[in-house]
Amino acid sequence: MSEFVTYLVTGIALGSSFALIGSGFVVVHRVTCVVNFAQGSLAVLGAMLSASLLAGRLPHVVGEAVTVVVCGVVGVLVGVIAIGRRGTPPLISLIVTLGVSMVFSAAIIWLWGQDPVSPPGLDGFATILGAEVERQRLLVLVVTLVAFAALSLFFSRTYVGKALTASASNPFAARLVGIDVRRMGLVAFGLSGILGGMAGVLIAPSNALSFYSDLPMALGGFAAAVFGGLVSPLRTLVGGLGLGVAGQLTAGYLNGSYQTEVALLLMIVIMIARSRSFAHEEAK
Amino acid sequence: MLHITDLVVRYGSAVALDGVSLNVGRGEMVALVGPNGAGKSTLINTVSGLLKPASGSVVVEGTVAQVPEGRQMFPDMSVEDNLLLGGWSIRNRQLDEVFDLLPDLAGMRRRKAGRLSGGQQQMVAIGRALMARPDLLAIDELSLGLAPIVVDELAEHLRYLNTERGTAVLLVEQEVTLAFNLCARACVLEAGRVVVTGPSSELAESDAVRKAYFGDLAELADVEVSR
Repeated sequence: MSEFVTYLVTGIALGSSFALIGSGFVVVHRVTCVVNFAQGSLAVLGAMLSASLLAGRLPHVVGEAVTVVVCGVVGVLVGVIAIGRRGTPPLISLIVTLGVSMVFSAAIIWLWGQDPVSPPGLDGFATILGAEVERQRLLVLVVTLVAFAALSLFFSRTYVGKALTASASNPFAARLVGIDVRRMGLVAFGLSGILGGMAGVLIAPSNALSFYSDLPMALGGFAAAVFGGLVSPLRTLVGGLGLGVAGQLTAGYLNGSYQTEVALLLMIVIMIARSRSFAHEEAK
Repeated sequence: MLHITDLVVRYGSAVALDGVSLNVGRGEMVALVGPNGAGKSTLINTVSGLLKPASGSVVVEGTVAQVPEGRQMFPDMSVEDNLLLGGWSIRNRQLDEVFDLLPDLAGMRRRKAGRLSGGQQQMVAIGRALMARPDLLAIDELSLGLAPIVVDELAEHLRYLNTERGTAVLLVEQEVTLAFNLCARACVLEAGRVVVTGPSSELAESDAVRKAYFGDLAELADVEVSR
């Protein structure tokens, strides 16, 4: 039982980071129709940067906050490269983000080396149903839930959030009322940078990340986003958590090296199962 | 307040507007009529700044807001949010002014725009344009797909807006009778050129409009030969 709870909590924590990355995919895709494959790299950047900043004696919370803000700015820069040129088709932008993620990997090796990095997190353990679980993993879930609530409020309550929703819903009408849809795309890229950075900062204390982690992180996040049809942040959260738990249970009871494969398999299953509703959404 | 001079607009190599000149005075209502493909929507979209002229000029003294063809709602958002976004360009979030002019909107403010009837959506589209406090309202197809009784009501609102606020209106309208009733002056567009501009009462009598819509056989033959 306690073993199961441990796997469950570990899975939920990892799944939360998938959900954060996945919601970054969703936010960018909704506004720009671009799938931003540099998302995983931003999580890695978040992990590396927070490790350096915290080692440089920045206090907790400040170090993490600065990291997330920097990731947001880097996200905007990725956006400028991917969609900055007027009339770039979304598929070309997607290739650009793939290229950018490779440059990121190179830059991360150059700046931080090849070894996995794990910044300090929340110390100590909590006992849940007789199982000892790291408090950091619980923190990941709590912060993720808060982030999703904030994201939902941002989109439904703030003027900029509504403009972002409008740009996604009807770009022509958005332009008509004077919304700069391209600038809104950059705002979306910035948000995705923040979400990716948060994912890295939160998960790295318990699951060390290296330059090489961008792919599994991006795949997990993308699978979660696909579960949300690339439009729904809430379903992305559910998808991410499900994926994380499934991966950890596989690792725990079967074989640790199958985690990524399980994520990919689940993604394919979801895509096939949802292909009809995708076609329906596209027809709209 | 709107001065269009020798305006040429192209889509790639296709010429949509070919040397169009038109003036709209402050507080004036001008109808833009003509058959499909005459360039009416192109003209409206250029006036709204969505299209760039290849040559010629569009000068607007004041601000323009557009009521687009097909109404172009943000369907999953509330009427209130649709209106609020209409004020985006001037960061206007005061809904009361628009509710004063179009009181029906206040009653449906919480409803999703996509769930409304065509007439209600058209009213939202007009309200959304008014949120930008325009000096010129450019309307692309007021009556298309709407019941006559709804159109009458919308026309009343436009008249009221024009007399009370002095908002100028450039109205693209397929329904020529409606357009001529509502607007004192009209401009007939055909194949990207202005055929004639003048008081609606005179145009209604002349056969320029009929010709623009139906052409005449001799002209058609000429076109065929010149191709």
